[in-house]
Amino acid sequence: MLCERCGQRPATVHMTEIINGQKSDTHLCEICAREIQPQGFVFVPQLHLHNFLAGLLKHELGGDKHIKAETAGEKCEKCGVFEGQIVKQGLLGCGDCYPFFEEKVLPLLRRIHGSTRHTGKVPERTGGRARLVKEIGNLKSRLKEAVSREDFEQAAQLRDQIRQLEKSIIEGGEA
Amino acid sequence: MPLKKTINSSYSPWMDADGPESGVVISSRIRVARNLAGIPFPHLLNNSKAEDVIHAVRLAVEEKELVNNIGVLELSLLSELSPVERQILVDKHLISPDLLNNFERKAVVLREDEVISIMVNEEDHLRIQCLLSGLQLKEAWDLINRVDDGLEKTLDYAFSEQLGYLTACPTNVGTGMRASVMLHLPALGLVNQLKGVLNAIGKVGLTVRGLFGEGTEALGDLFQISNQITLGQSEEEIINNLIAVARQIISQEQASRRALHKDRKEFIEDRVYRAYGILKNAYILSYEEAMRLFSDLRLGMEMGLVSGIPAKLLNELMVRIRPAFLIKMAGQEMSAHQRDIFRAELIRKEIKDF
Repeated sequence: MLCERCGQRPATVHMTEIINGQKSDTHLCEICAREIQPQGFVFVPQLHLHNFLAGLLKHELGGDKHIKAETAGEKCEKCGVFEGQIVKQGLLGCGDCYPFFEEKVLPLLRRIHGSTRHTGKVPERTGGRARLVKEIGNLKSRLKEAVSREDFEQAAQLRDQIRQLEKSIIEGGEA
Repeated sequence: MPLKKTINSSYSPWMDADGPESGVVISSRIRVARNLAGIPFPHLLNNSKAEDVIHAVRLAVEEKELVNNIGVLELSLLSELSPVERQILVDKHLISPDLLNNFERKAVVLREDEVISIMVNEEDHLRIQCLLSGLQLKEAWDLINRVDDGLEKTLDYAFSEQLGYLTACPTNVGTGMRASVMLHLPALGLVNQLKGVLNAIGKVGLTVRGLFGEGTEALGDLFQISNQITLGQSEEEIINNLIAVARQIISQEQASRRALHKDRKEFIEDRVYRAYGILKNAYILSYEEAMRLFSDLRLGMEMGLVSGIPAKLLNELMVRIRPAFLIKMAGQEMSAHQRDIFRAELIRKEIKDF
């Protein structure tokens, strides 16, 4: 018997569907069966990133008590998402979920990324203090290099720049 | 309306095959995730709130300074497009397959040349993407960075000093950046080295995916390699790491090609010319078979066994022979079998002159 879908390969997957008492048979080859999988049949449970994450989240957020219901656990003050929902979907609800669930999210981030501190780009307008802190960090590492090169003239310049930026942080300005 | 042009043509600049290392690297892509402060992530938004996000993005991309700097960015609602047209955007790698779920509340922003695209309300409010041919990750980041700066003049991003850009999924938090290269690695497979190379990639914080991203199969010996970690490393570090690893893989692949040419010349010639022969003469071709044959033919082109066929044509054909584009060209629905016939005819026509 040839596959009903492609008509090229032998049918090796035979499905019987009963919907409202109506029975229908489908005969497909393995390749076509796999292709139409999203429309109905599930052969192998796929390990999706979100399922995987949900497992990790369950470990952190659920703690000892097994969170089953979507409305279980604490609720984010801002977006109203429950821990249970986060665990189920593998997604946080809003930016404020990060500080709100901090105790539980930080260990998770450490497990995923091996770090809990951003060292990359800081947005120009909304980055505020973070941008200055990052700039100071950059200058400090350049200062270290200058000192090891014994380029004291540049080192002095860099040191002044660092002091300037530190001053503007204390004054709360954005330089 | 540039979007119509995008949908009517299977060509996109990443197919040009003129970038650095284009013998192995088909394209480079950088995507950053950004969210708006104070608004729940897309999966929690109702339709009217989702529209608010789209409206905010529309205003931001129409900002004069951004247009002067980056060029015209056109926003389109996915609901304005037919299912086939939406699928064509996926097939051209301009949007992700995920953007097609609940498309009623999603939008896409495109620059006319298709190098820059922004997905609105995918998993995050914004996903800004830049796609270039060959190994050009730094160039892609430069461009993304400028688009991002321009948008940030208007939009308030969800950003934390400690954690960086906040994203719906904790795997993207920090830089929010996913950088990837699409590599053609036929020879590594033929000399049984592929598995080892792919395993090694996992050990240096990178991950391998198939042609259409997460959970998809590697077709036609094409592999997408991307960074896994987004927090604790700067964008430049992530990109440099990926470039360094990509260069290693490129040189391994090229060494394997040379070894094949030297020690198994007949084997490889047979393989390449068989593929060439089938593509030129077949009357029924499935997508998978065509992709396999393209891979062999491309290998032959890179090894100098076949000349005259532009790599650009092969890249474009990879999109044109997908079901969506075939249906678009035929102007009607087709069964899988009809598509296989139509696909073979199309390939015969395109390759017959070479």
